[in-house]
Amino acid sequence: MNLYKKIYRSRAAVFILLASVSFVIFADDAQYAVDRAAMVAEIEEYARLNGDQAFAKRVMQSMASVQRHEFVPDAQKRFAYANRPLPIGFGQTISQPYIVALMTDLIEPDSDDVVLEIGTGSGYQAAILSGLVKSVYSIEIIKPLATQAAARLQLLGFDNVTTRLSDGYYGWAEHGPFDAIVVTAAASHVPPYLVRQLRRGGRMVIPVGGRFLTQQLLLIEKTETGEVKTRQVIPVIFVPLTGEH
Amino acid sequence: MAAIGYEILLMRLLSIVQWHHFAYMIISLALLGYGASGSFIALSKRLIVPHFALAFSVSAVFFSVAMIICFALGQLVPFNALEIGWDPRQLIYLSLMYLVFFVPFFFAASCIGLAFTCLKEHISRIYFFDLVGAGTGALLVVAALFLLSPQNALRLLAVFALAASALVGHAVGSPVRNRLMLTLGIFLIGLVFVLPKNWPDFRISQFKGQSQALQVIDARVLGQYSSPLGLLAVVESPTIPFRDAPGLSLNTQSEPPAQLALFTDGDAMSVITRFDGNLDALAYMDDVTAALPYRLLDRPKVLVLGAGGGTDVLFAIYHGARAIDAVELNPQVTELVGDTYADFAGHLYDDERIDVYTDEARSFVARSTARYDLIHIALLDSFAASGTGVQALSESYLYTVEAIGEYMQHIAPEGMLAITRWLKVPPRDSLKLFATVTEALKRAGAADPAQSIALIRSWNTSTMLVKNGDFSAREIATIKEFCKSNSFDTAFYPSMNASEANRYNLLDQPFLFNGATALAGQGAADFLERYKFQIEPATDDKPYFFHFFKWRTLPELLSLRKRGGAGLIEWGYLVLVATLIQSILAGAALILFPLWIVKRRWPRGAGTRMGGYFFLLGLAFLFVEMAFIQKFILFLGHPLYSVAVVLSGFLVFAGLGSGYSQTLVRRYRGRRLYLVAYAVTGIVSVALVYLFLLPELFDRLIGQRDAIKIPIALLMIAPLAFCMGMPFPLGLGQVASKAPDFIPWAWGINGYASVVSASLGTLLAIEFGFTAVILLALALYVAAAVVVNTGAFFRLPPAGS
Repeated sequence: MNLYKKIYRSRAAVFILLASVSFVIFADDAQYAVDRAAMVAEIEEYARLNGDQAFAKRVMQSMASVQRHEFVPDAQKRFAYANRPLPIGFGQTISQPYIVALMTDLIEPDSDDVVLEIGTGSGYQAAILSGLVKSVYSIEIIKPLATQAAARLQLLGFDNVTTRLSDGYYGWAEHGPFDAIVVTAAASHVPPYLVRQLRRGGRMVIPVGGRFLTQQLLLIEKTETGEVKTRQVIPVIFVPLTGEH
Repeated sequence: MAAIGYEILLMRLLSIVQWHHFAYMIISLALLGYGASGSFIALSKRLIVPHFALAFSVSAVFFSVAMIICFALGQLVPFNALEIGWDPRQLIYLSLMYLVFFVPFFFAASCIGLAFTCLKEHISRIYFFDLVGAGTGALLVVAALFLLSPQNALRLLAVFALAASALVGHAVGSPVRNRLMLTLGIFLIGLVFVLPKNWPDFRISQFKGQSQALQVIDARVLGQYSSPLGLLAVVESPTIPFRDAPGLSLNTQSEPPAQLALFTDGDAMSVITRFDGNLDALAYMDDVTAALPYRLLDRPKVLVLGAGGGTDVLFAIYHGARAIDAVELNPQVTELVGDTYADFAGHLYDDERIDVYTDEARSFVARSTARYDLIHIALLDSFAASGTGVQALSESYLYTVEAIGEYMQHIAPEGMLAITRWLKVPPRDSLKLFATVTEALKRAGAADPAQSIALIRSWNTSTMLVKNGDFSAREIATIKEFCKSNSFDTAFYPSMNASEANRYNLLDQPFLFNGATALAGQGAADFLERYKFQIEPATDDKPYFFHFFKWRTLPELLSLRKRGGAGLIEWGYLVLVATLIQSILAGAALILFPLWIVKRRWPRGAGTRMGGYFFLLGLAFLFVEMAFIQKFILFLGHPLYSVAVVLSGFLVFAGLGSGYSQTLVRRYRGRRLYLVAYAVTGIVSVALVYLFLLPELFDRLIGQRDAIKIPIALLMIAPLAFCMGMPFPLGLGQVASKAPDFIPWAWGINGYASVVSASLGTLLAIEFGFTAVILLALALYVAAAVVVNTGAFFRLPPAGS
């Protein structure tokens, strides 16, 4: 009887434990889903306030589906869906979601596109691109980040993303030319190899500024004739003179 | 001595692990420990005063230990300055930093406050030794940093604090004294022999350039070199090399050769470029905006201001310069390029065409009689530093109206000044530089400055040329051709059409062309007013070239923050304002509030009148000191010399003035308050004379050697500082005789004012200039003299009579 009671009680305890864990997990997941929806709504609102047109629907769908909390360290999970950059260790950051959406929108991703990313970081930008294009090739120069991001992307099922640890300066010629190139870390200049590996009609986007402050985005377009043009995009509408519209 | 030494050293230490403006913020708040110690002594006077020697010794021991422990603890606080705009938790971490560094200053100030309180009859002597010690400490720590690592310099100061403890500890009664001496001995042995070498290690912020560079596979530090000018680290990254080439054309087919990165205080990267004598390997140097002047000049004689890792000197060699004078501030940097890494740099500095000078740029130019075909000012700051506005508080005498005027005087006919800056969108640096150059040319008598200016841009740099003469049609054609071949944009040249602007690197509007055209024309004043960033010309009196902040733009920028507009905010200025507000509030809580609670202890009027007097003195002293340090930077040719010489000069001569005030009091017994008025008259007269005479004196004497200029500077400071040393001990002596309970408060309030004045003085200098700060300080001195000579409290009979 005693033994039965003990088993009965321990089963009850196990059940309660499992139920609690499931509750916490599902409650967390549910909360993340709510937070993610709020983040997407906030980005859409800002995009509207910022101007001319909203981000492409596909881009926002991808932002709504990728679980950003899987790409940030545990200590930052509760801020995962805040519209701000977050540190991910090794002196690197995961960009502000609004900037990720803007950069993704600027390259006008198409489902047949092959995209090169320089600076895998946590893998979040690659994950956002994954659902929008045919394949993503991503290069990272910090070993632990490259290893972690590769494992994370594989675990989460982003099968069309290929990563490697190497020098992003020379691009990834075997898989080029690319329809789009996303550089997530600014450098003093645009590597000529990347310009060469950009397909005619392709677009490259580079954030300019510090780790936590994106000053502007550099959009490089290679025309069908091979001419290279750049456009400096400030993420917001800001007229530097008073009284001017 | 140890306290001021610690303050200067802590600024160095925190600048290495954090960023200098946060170092400044943390220290200015921690200095409130001075004020708080006054409150503490006042409240616990009855308990402490009978045991003065013991209390002093114990405080000194605690100060010694806290100096080191608190730096180690401070590094454990996970404060990230860059996240402060995003993460409210950073404010908690920042407060924790304040708290940690508050401790050593509290104990240091307690020693001095105790001495004032318990040895009332020797106030002037104590103040004399305090100031002379502080002056010596400032010099000592700078000298020590030439010989020792910052950590070992910290240990040296800790030993000084122990020595102070031992000196006073001798007066303690014998059984306690023996225990005290034993403890001191143990601490001394611990400091010298037990603590590991160079402990605590620097935990440099992971977001600084050096930390990030070291994350890259196979990157490593080749060597580390310390001096008061900064902690230099040479970093090699063999697998993924550094390739620094700002403004490189997108059309280029070349890439930079391997480079070594040279970090100062973990950031501010400069590079040493590999050179094996083969100029073809440097072909990328043709394809940057900075190459433009070399397309216009044939085999020029060049002056490179800010040689850094030598890449700009190599640049001149590549472009066929016939002679190059290279000026670098930090001798260790020159040694790294010319000696330690000479093989890597191709023994660049052995080239007979090159002469390298260790000097500050302005000082070199002022002394030089040479004329150059090209003066090239290197791009010394990193984009990240430039972009986040962290430099807003840094003075720069490189880019002022007077500086440009001097450079132009050293440019041969048809020669040019070339300045390359990072390009921000919307433009800030580039337009401020344009406004500054235009003003300089106007002052030099140019009828139409626009005829001598050309400005081009890539996607991230702009290069401005200022010609000694008008640009010819042929030169303009060359500029256009250079830009076309590299897909750079012309932003300004004489008679440029709007259709020529904004062709390759498209901006929403041709901001730079529109701005430059407006600044060159009749509507300049209106444009400066309407522009949402502060781009008025920088001058030697307001040398804040990197300050672009305008209050009226702030609400708009804050509303854009989360929409991707955070990069438009100049955070450095806001940090300074935050520091000031925090100083005022924390000071009120630590000093004024306790004062208010126990105010009944003092005679009527003591709180406001005496408090006001010491507050005014604290503000005024620091304002004058700060402004004169700035005024002497140009003369002494080095910010570090200026800080060390002027600070020491002020403190030592003020100490002498303090000592002399005691003699005066004895001679003119009963007329102490009039002496304050005489001292203030002296201060005002000397300072006013200097305001008019110093520029002329500096002009005549700047060409002298340092060994002559330093004593001259000290001689100039002497009369002013001597007078400035008197009002404080005269007032304190009066308090000692009328309301001795007030002494710690007077000390605390004076300390509080000093803390507030550091950030307030900088804010005022940014807005109104150093001359205005000096004039304000003089007004404060006059106000103090009026307060002390008109209050009923001061006329009370001595306490106990």
